[in-house]
Amino acid sequence: MNLTRAALLAGARDTVPMLVGAAPFGVIFGTLAIASGIPVWAVLALSALVFAGSSQFVAVSLIGGGAALPVIWLTTFVVNLRHALYSASLLPYVRHLPARWRWPLAFWLTDETFAVVERYLREHGTGEAGVWYWLGSSLAMYLNWQLWTVAGVLLGQSVPGLAELGLDFAMVATFAAIVAPQLRQRPVLAAALAAGTVALLARHLPYKLGLMLAALAGVLAGLLVERLAAGQPRGEKA
Amino acid sequence: MTMNLLLAIAGMVVVTYGIRLSFLVFGHRLVFPPLLQRALHYVPAAVLTALIVPMALAPQGHIDLSAANAYLPGTLAAAMVAFFSRQTLPAILLGFAVYGVWRWLF
Repeated sequence: MNLTRAALLAGARDTVPMLVGAAPFGVIFGTLAIASGIPVWAVLALSALVFAGSSQFVAVSLIGGGAALPVIWLTTFVVNLRHALYSASLLPYVRHLPARWRWPLAFWLTDETFAVVERYLREHGTGEAGVWYWLGSSLAMYLNWQLWTVAGVLLGQSVPGLAELGLDFAMVATFAAIVAPQLRQRPVLAAALAAGTVALLARHLPYKLGLMLAALAGVLAGLLVERLAAGQPRGEKA
Repeated sequence: MTMNLLLAIAGMVVVTYGIRLSFLVFGHRLVFPPLLQRALHYVPAAVLTALIVPMALAPQGHIDLSAANAYLPGTLAAAMVAFFSRQTLPAILLGFAVYGVWRWLF
């Protein structure tokens, strides 16, 4: 087995735990999107072309709620902006490579691939194998996400009336399960409380504009509490 | 509807790919401000909570704290399980079970 293939496979293999973790979300996304009336082509296009799980979930909820296009785009921007951080962290490892490597690898940049690849590159450097390892992780995540999206779409189509069965609740439960463990950090708790309160008060604003206001309030509250905590004497910090 | 969906998805593709390309392809011209980096830390919790709270407390548009609102106990159950166990999937399933039983009871 040559070096290229070994590195591709190693990248895919090290991503397996992430594939397992992403699978249920792919299924829930596909099912939910179909149940909220989004056509099959659009559901598949979201997974194949946007390829960013959390923003896909949020988009389904926004499209279903009749949000304006700028709100959908701006929310996508805010939710996915963390990828710029990954993009910046990985740049030193591929700065010397031609654009034909950097453009496709950037397309497949996700939380999961970043976690796996950043660790590998930090320990091994880029070398000959680094980009192939990265490509292996990327392709594994991509194909996995398409596969489970299709499974979700098929499930959504085969069980009519899923929306009445309370599938819209699955979205709330999924979001709650993602957020709750982070609430141990006091600034994150403040961000959630502020965002939740503003979202509730602003829920009648048109085009889901309340979501943008709530996100802004949440981020400001988080930064404020973080600053207050940093100003406290040592030992009293949460 | 179709045109709107196409535009929504096309815009999402441009925005998301643009963010991912930012440093990897145009890195020599960009700096990432530290304040923005700290602010990003709060985005997921803020956006997701902003989506959860109105759905859990006011599923029909008006605030509903009565027993008829199964979203609230279901959401609380999912959040509690996730908070204490840090396990996402069991939390979703348990939240769903509480939601289902609650709807059946009331």
